[in-house]
Amino acid sequence: MSELHDPNAPQATSDLSNTGRMDVSAVLDEGRASVPDSIREVVFNLDDVHIFYGDFEAVSDVTMQIGKNEITAFIGPSGCGKSTLLRSFNRMNDLIPGARVEGLLAYHGFNIYAPEVDPIEVRRRIGMVFQKPNVFPKSIYENVAYGPKVNGMKVNMDDLVEDCLTRAALWDEVKDDLKKSAYALSGGQQQRLVIARCIAVKPEVILMDEPCASLDPIATAKIEDLMKELAADYTIVIVTHNMQQAARVSDRTAFFTADVDAKGVRHGRLVEYGPTRSIFTAPNEPRTEDYISGRFG
Amino acid sequence: MSATLERPFDAPADIDLRGHGQPLVDKTFRWILFLCLFIGIAFLAVLLAYVIIKGWPRLDSRLWTNMPSIRRPEQAGAQSAITGTLWVIAFTALFSLPIGFLSAVYLEEYAKPTSRFARFVEVNIQNLAAVPSIVYGILGLAIFARALALGQTVITAGLTLALLVLPVVIVSTREALRAVPQNIRHGSLALGATLWQTTWRQTMPAAVPGMATGTILALSRAIGEAAPLLLLGAVTFISFNPTGPFSAYTTLPIQIYNWTKESREEFQVLAAATIVLLLVILLAMNAVAILIRNRTQKRW
Amino acid sequence: MSGQSASSVAGGLNPLRQTKPRYGEAVIRGVLTLAAAVSLFTTFGIVISVLIPSLEFFAEISILEFLFTTTWTPLFANPQYGVLPLITGTLVITVIAVLVAIPLGLGSAIYLSEYASPGARKVLKPTLEVLAGIPTVVFGFFALEFITQYVLKPIFPSIQVFNALSAGLVMGIMIIPTIASLSEDAMAAVPSGLRDGAYALGATKRQTALRVVVPAALSGIVAAFVLGISRAIGETMIVTIAAGLQPNMTLNPLQGMQTMTSYIAAAGSGDVPTGSIEYKSIFAVGLLLFAITFVMNMISIRLVRKYRQAYQ
Repeated sequence: MSELHDPNAPQATSDLSNTGRMDVSAVLDEGRASVPDSIREVVFNLDDVHIFYGDFEAVSDVTMQIGKNEITAFIGPSGCGKSTLLRSFNRMNDLIPGARVEGLLAYHGFNIYAPEVDPIEVRRRIGMVFQKPNVFPKSIYENVAYGPKVNGMKVNMDDLVEDCLTRAALWDEVKDDLKKSAYALSGGQQQRLVIARCIAVKPEVILMDEPCASLDPIATAKIEDLMKELAADYTIVIVTHNMQQAARVSDRTAFFTADVDAKGVRHGRLVEYGPTRSIFTAPNEPRTEDYISGRFG
Repeated sequence: MSATLERPFDAPADIDLRGHGQPLVDKTFRWILFLCLFIGIAFLAVLLAYVIIKGWPRLDSRLWTNMPSIRRPEQAGAQSAITGTLWVIAFTALFSLPIGFLSAVYLEEYAKPTSRFARFVEVNIQNLAAVPSIVYGILGLAIFARALALGQTVITAGLTLALLVLPVVIVSTREALRAVPQNIRHGSLALGATLWQTTWRQTMPAAVPGMATGTILALSRAIGEAAPLLLLGAVTFISFNPTGPFSAYTTLPIQIYNWTKESREEFQVLAAATIVLLLVILLAMNAVAILIRNRTQKRW
Repeated sequence: MSGQSASSVAGGLNPLRQTKPRYGEAVIRGVLTLAAAVSLFTTFGIVISVLIPSLEFFAEISILEFLFTTTWTPLFANPQYGVLPLITGTLVITVIAVLVAIPLGLGSAIYLSEYASPGARKVLKPTLEVLAGIPTVVFGFFALEFITQYVLKPIFPSIQVFNALSAGLVMGIMIIPTIASLSEDAMAAVPSGLRDGAYALGATKRQTALRVVVPAALSGIVAAFVLGISRAIGETMIVTIAAGLQPNMTLNPLQGMQTMTSYIAAAGSGDVPTGSIEYKSIFAVGLLLFAITFVMNMISIRLVRKYRQAYQ
């Protein structure tokens, strides 16, 4: 414990893997300070959320609040339901047959799963970036313009494309190749294109499901820098396997794990949620400490 | 280092892992299996060689510039059958492609996997794919020609063949749609696109090469089909080109059939020459299908 | 669960509700469903079009006479409608075809699935499948002009110009690809762990193929056979061209005979007056043909589903 506390601990290793015991205090210093609870504006309010696939309860009993313009990281071992929870925020879980959500999952106080809610409206406000950069098999320009077009946004498309690519720190690299296929870009560029495509529909929230899982360290660093810049305008929730990444970029961290019930079935559960610095330096739960210190997972 | 194998430890002297050669029975078995495959392929080669050799004397422009003739085989051609085939296939495509594409989109993109209606439609399509083609002729005769009073015309033939190849179009389109990665659909839906916007602007364009390949294969089946058209008036002697959907018609396979029924040897030669023409058309279509497939393979 | 019913915790209209109705989406879903229903209408249309005239036919000819008497002479002044000669003809030709297609098709499938190198497979399989793309009228022509004249006549000098043997042989070759490719699919679905297990016990390739892979894929292979037989029963052009149009209650494959399909083709392409008993007989035979192939197709579909479930 003490070495995790120590602000004067030696520099963290450059090892990005999350296996083995590691020291995150140095990366925490480059991370962001969280806003005190008293002045937080809540974007997502989760109260006793359970997610089922048919009879199988994938996530049970999650209660948490996610604040505006914060970067929230979901961490935890595989199978702990963190991606499932993330996908329930913009109703992408609807696409899986048999998936359903119980409990309250509210966006600015409005239940996302109320009967009159239109999943399409939800997804316009709450964008998503996927694990593998899933650019469309079209030109770079059309990738960015697609969202505004299908949403019937009346804008100057050239300006919007330039603006979004600039915000996604991609403009300088592609401005002469806008008509080229997005498949010609590198993996890291594709992922930034997906981010540009996502912000083109002017969402309030960006959900990121392990956005750097298929990228090399340099591309990962670029995406992380980009996330911190975007946090000024957007609320970001990111699922990551990489604890250093969570420590580097997030304001708050939620640690999930999988409980095994009497029948041997795994249920995802929120163990601990709080400001990133305290999760990594002074976790309340022993399981959190085990995980972040590499003893488990 | 020496390449000789040294015994690493003192193994018992009676262990010998060297093969004893394949036993004769295994070798024979392998040759019999190969023979099975070879017979089919050899049959194909003999068939092709035979029709080319037999049809060679008549493989010239008379075949497509002249009309059929019963009395003068040396002047006879298959022009009305060629134009008839084009007319009929155009209508087959017109009816079967939109319905086939939309059915496939319904089954692949819209229907829930638990939908009973969708499962029922699926089994039904599997069965229709194996219904004898002559039964489609009966359907065309009773429903299109008689009940709807379309008569024995190009449009009746087109509608009947459209239903005949519909299962092929649906199955191949579904395969093409299934090959489009799921994450493209998810990317589009996550931007707030509707299901139809996603299907029309992302999924279907990405599936076009596969759909084109399947379409060509379905239409080439229709081009070679003769049995249902026997019931739909194509056997009557036609020495004029169709002028519209309600025109009388004949097609290449039917023309071939008519000539095989003639006793004079000249007509058999003519039939062989027309077969070569038909096979060349089918071969060209298949080559285009393979070309499309190879040019667009593996984009994701 | 309490939150489920409360649509909003905050006041006012839920901003996430659907703002404008999307009629287009509903219309499109309707159109797509309708398109999918066309295949149901097709089956319905087939059943209606064979059933109604058949019922009229059976009002005049008893169903027992139709099924169990042995004279089929619709064109005679005193026509008789005993379908057994057509069934015999169909049966004889189908049996010949199956005797050719099952061993050759299964042998090809085992070779392609277990023995051929990936490179050889890539060439051999599409080549074999070209056979499936040859129009049946071409096979008919080849059976009549080449197989009968140059292959069978030298062996059986007494053979008739139109005969069941050449039609059956050629039809057998025609359905090889059907049997081979479906059987091969079934064998490819057999988990490689089963093969490895057999090899680990010291089995040879032949023993593994015959005693492990084929039995494990059996329901799929039987499905392929059933579908192949169904295709043979329903095939029209080869028999119409090469087997003659004479109903013939015989098992002698050197003679000509008429099948159910070639009767439909011959009677339906002639100038039969609508409403006559002869016209209705086309549909009665069609009903019988549809019923037989329908049962076989359903058996085949069931069997395929069985092996898919077993290995997925």
